Amino acid sequence: MKLLVAIKRTIDYNVKVRVNADNTDVELTNVKMAMNPFCEIAVEEAVRIKESGVADEIVVVSAGPKQTQETLRTALAMGADRGIHIETEMELQPLGVAKILKAVSESEEPGLVILGKQAIDDDSNQTGQMLAALLDWPQATFASNIVLSDQGAEVTREVDGGLETISINLPAVVTTDLRLNEPRYASLPNIMKAKKKPIEVKSPEDLDVDIKPRLIVLKVEEPAKRESGVMVESVAELISKLQNEAKVI
Amino acid sequence: MESVIINRRDLEFQIFELFKATELCNRERFVDHDEESLKAALDVTIKIAEEVLWPNASIGDIQEPHLKNGQVYVPQAVHRGVAAIRDAGYIAAGLDYDRGGMQLPAILLQACLGIFKAADAATPGYLMLTKAAANLLDVHGTEEQKRLYMEPMYEGRFLGTMCLSEPDVGSSLADIKCRAEPQPNGNYLLSGNKMWISGGDQDISENIIHLVLAKLPDAPPGVKGISLFLVPKICVNPDGSLGKANDVSVAGLNHKMGYRAISNCLLNFGEKNVCEGYLIGEKHGGLACMFHMMNEARIAVGISGAMIGYTAYMQALNYAKDRKQGRPIDNRNPEHPPVPIIDHPDVRRMLLKQKSFVEGALALCLMCAKYLDESETATEKNTKYRAGLLLEILTPIAKTWPAEFCQESISLAIQVHGGYGYTKDFSVERLYRDNRLNAIHEGTSGIQAIDLLGRKVRIEEGLGFNFLMEEITSDIEYASSWPELKIFTTTLMEYVSDIVKATNNINDVRDGGRKADSLANASLYLHALGHIVVSWLWLKQSVVAFEQITKSPDTQDADFYKGKINACKYFFLYELPQVKPLINLLSNIDTTCREHGPKMF
Ligand SMILES: Cc1cc2nc3c(=O)[nH]c(=O)nc-3n(C[C@H](O)[C@H](O)[C@H](O)COP(=O)(O)OP(=O)(O)OC[C@H]3O[C@@H](n4cnc5c(N)ncnc54)[C@H](O)[C@@H]3O)c2cc1C
Repeated sequence: MKLLVAIKRTIDYNVKVRVNADNTDVELTNVKMAMNPFCEIAVEEAVRIKESGVADEIVVVSAGPKQTQETLRTALAMGADRGIHIETEMELQPLGVAKILKAVSESEEPGLVILGKQAIDDDSNQTGQMLAALLDWPQATFASNIVLSDQGAEVTREVDGGLETISINLPAVVTTDLRLNEPRYASLPNIMKAKKKPIEVKSPEDLDVDIKPRLIVLKVEEPAKRESGVMVESVAELISKLQNEAKVI
Repeated sequence: MESVIINRRDLEFQIFELFKATELCNRERFVDHDEESLKAALDVTIKIAEEVLWPNASIGDIQEPHLKNGQVYVPQAVHRGVAAIRDAGYIAAGLDYDRGGMQLPAILLQACLGIFKAADAATPGYLMLTKAAANLLDVHGTEEQKRLYMEPMYEGRFLGTMCLSEPDVGSSLADIKCRAEPQPNGNYLLSGNKMWISGGDQDISENIIHLVLAKLPDAPPGVKGISLFLVPKICVNPDGSLGKANDVSVAGLNHKMGYRAISNCLLNFGEKNVCEGYLIGEKHGGLACMFHMMNEARIAVGISGAMIGYTAYMQALNYAKDRKQGRPIDNRNPEHPPVPIIDHPDVRRMLLKQKSFVEGALALCLMCAKYLDESETATEKNTKYRAGLLLEILTPIAKTWPAEFCQESISLAIQVHGGYGYTKDFSVERLYRDNRLNAIHEGTSGIQAIDLLGRKVRIEEGLGFNFLMEEITSDIEYASSWPELKIFTTTLMEYVSDIVKATNNINDVRDGGRKADSLANASLYLHALGHIVVSWLWLKQSVVAFEQITKSPDTQDADFYKGKINACKYFFLYELPQVKPLINLLSNIDTTCREHGPKMF
């Protein structure tokens, strides 16, 4: 079986994110970028599935500017077999990416597409769901356990009330949650091997998809600063503040 | 670019802009590398360092290894750290691809190991010792020794140790007492005690391979009578499976000031007279085998000092931006909120001193690593030879200067933290204890100084020393084309001629038969030459910074480059002049200390 893993290059999760000067986006110049942590979990899961013998090839795909290839290389160093880079300088939104992934899925014909449940930059949590809808494939989101066979998959999902296990037919789309696995570090020899693995570069036009943004960002702002705490004299004062100032009770 | 342990911008500046590591990629051995692969290696290293090592460093410090029924146990946090470094392939990183390596240039490898050391000084020690021991077997081992011991060591299944020191013998290895008795089957029975053995026992690996210095019955006296033996904790069968326990026992653990995650053992070999050992290399040729690895091991100690100092500096810098205390001298209005302490000139002075020491120390060690690469892979015979001699003379300085001066720097990092720095709630007190070792092991600072002045300055009739002065002078000439750098270039030239004079005087006195007098102040010599070399490295950094700013004045990095130039200025104005009186004492062959007899104390 072939696995397709979609990954995204985002701001490194260690970086303190700042809003840019003209309030149109977060500051991206000279900021360290890395693979979105949920995508790392997706790659790791694919590598484990391949190591268990159920899958025989892992293809990683990512859309974005030239530097996106570094992120694809990281995935190749973790154990993926080849990469597909959809090169574009255009702003990408979940629907555009889902369309790209639909086109790639149709040509690659994977048994399973694995994505991170969301990316830590815009936290959309939409691409996997949109992709499943566009392909009309089953979806299992927020996976914390995947048992895959040639016939289908049993996926345990993290839902509000706890865990839910569902059985789905293949091909299907799965999105990963935090507890699915702990991603490995790319090893030094594998970094070198990854340099020899192929990355195919295409444009959105090659795939014949329209990725024009449908959403307009009006303004990006810092969240309101947390005000410093106060010591209350009595329980009565606390309750009155909760009622009248915080308006939570 | 935000990291708690290292300034990535500076690390990349030093590796790529200052020492131009990508030029190495033209060499046949490194031809598959490019900036991207070298940066990818830094990426994983920093990731492992920050995610696995740094959060666990205090656990390894507080929960010291303990001994129970003859077996040493270390905390699980340390197991995890060792596993992460091992699994990412660092033990074999310098080896050929087909042997599981990455053919990583030494400058990158040292930077990576330094990053681990910055995050946790002690835990990576298990693997660095293993790497050194395996590299030694790679050069001097028999085919069977390579198959049975070296391979599992590169895989990290077996970990290694270096057993040189004994309870009564540290600096003067000529006097070791450990014995090896030849057996009819060609093996040896070892007997004796080894003191201070790092990683001497642990519960991390399935086996431990000790490389032990000992003397054969027919050994000539002195260092020419020392042989090297491989002694496994558990004997290994010819098919590679583990056999019976060997006669190596842990007589006790040393409870150390710092560097505590790695066990430190007093080992008894042959208590029951059945300790099996196997000769490595030639009989009586043990020390030569060991010293083969010495330059690399000493640069590694240097980089460890530089990077521990670096982390302390990063901690102090972050703290100084956060901690609010007091008001500016010229605006004491109590209505004003207190300012971050980085606004106080004295705090800035302490931070700038740290910056100049740790970044200077890092540059010193990376330069040595680059010379190591040159001496091994340069295509021109002359370049290779020159790099080799430069490496010889710089190694004792790279081992010692960071250990000594980053200790001062870490002390200031504590000072910047005020009372909090003196507690276990912050890491700087641990870093202070951890780095204190670096002036002691792998040859004390005193021994390094004697090696520098007594040997390295004189080898090949002083050629290494002359090469070093040539390198410095040619950089001075290059930098002279900027009038802005004039204060640096004229000052440094003056110090170069002073140290050349002092060196000539010392050599004359020695050639005239007064060897003891000539070496009496060797430590001052290392201090003075160390400061001159670090000044040179600051000048080099300033030149690169200057070129960048001139090329693109509006660069995003303007402050970074200005910081380099100002730190250079600081070192030249505040630190370098302090060695002037030392150079005078050296030139005059002062013997005040040497003449102070024991009864006069
Ligand atoms: C934490 C730790 C880990 C270690 N790990 C290992 C290890 O894994 N394997 C191993 O073999 N050893 C190890 N050592 C031992 C270390 O290498 C020795 O401690 C060191 O070489 C100094 O020897 P010593 O302690 O016997 O001091 P000494 O040799 O007794 O020196 C004491 C002082 O006298 C000075 N001195 C000695 N001789 C001279 C001289 N000729 N001229 C001028 N000054 C002199 C020294 O500079 C020093 O200041 C370790 C030590 C420590 C503390």
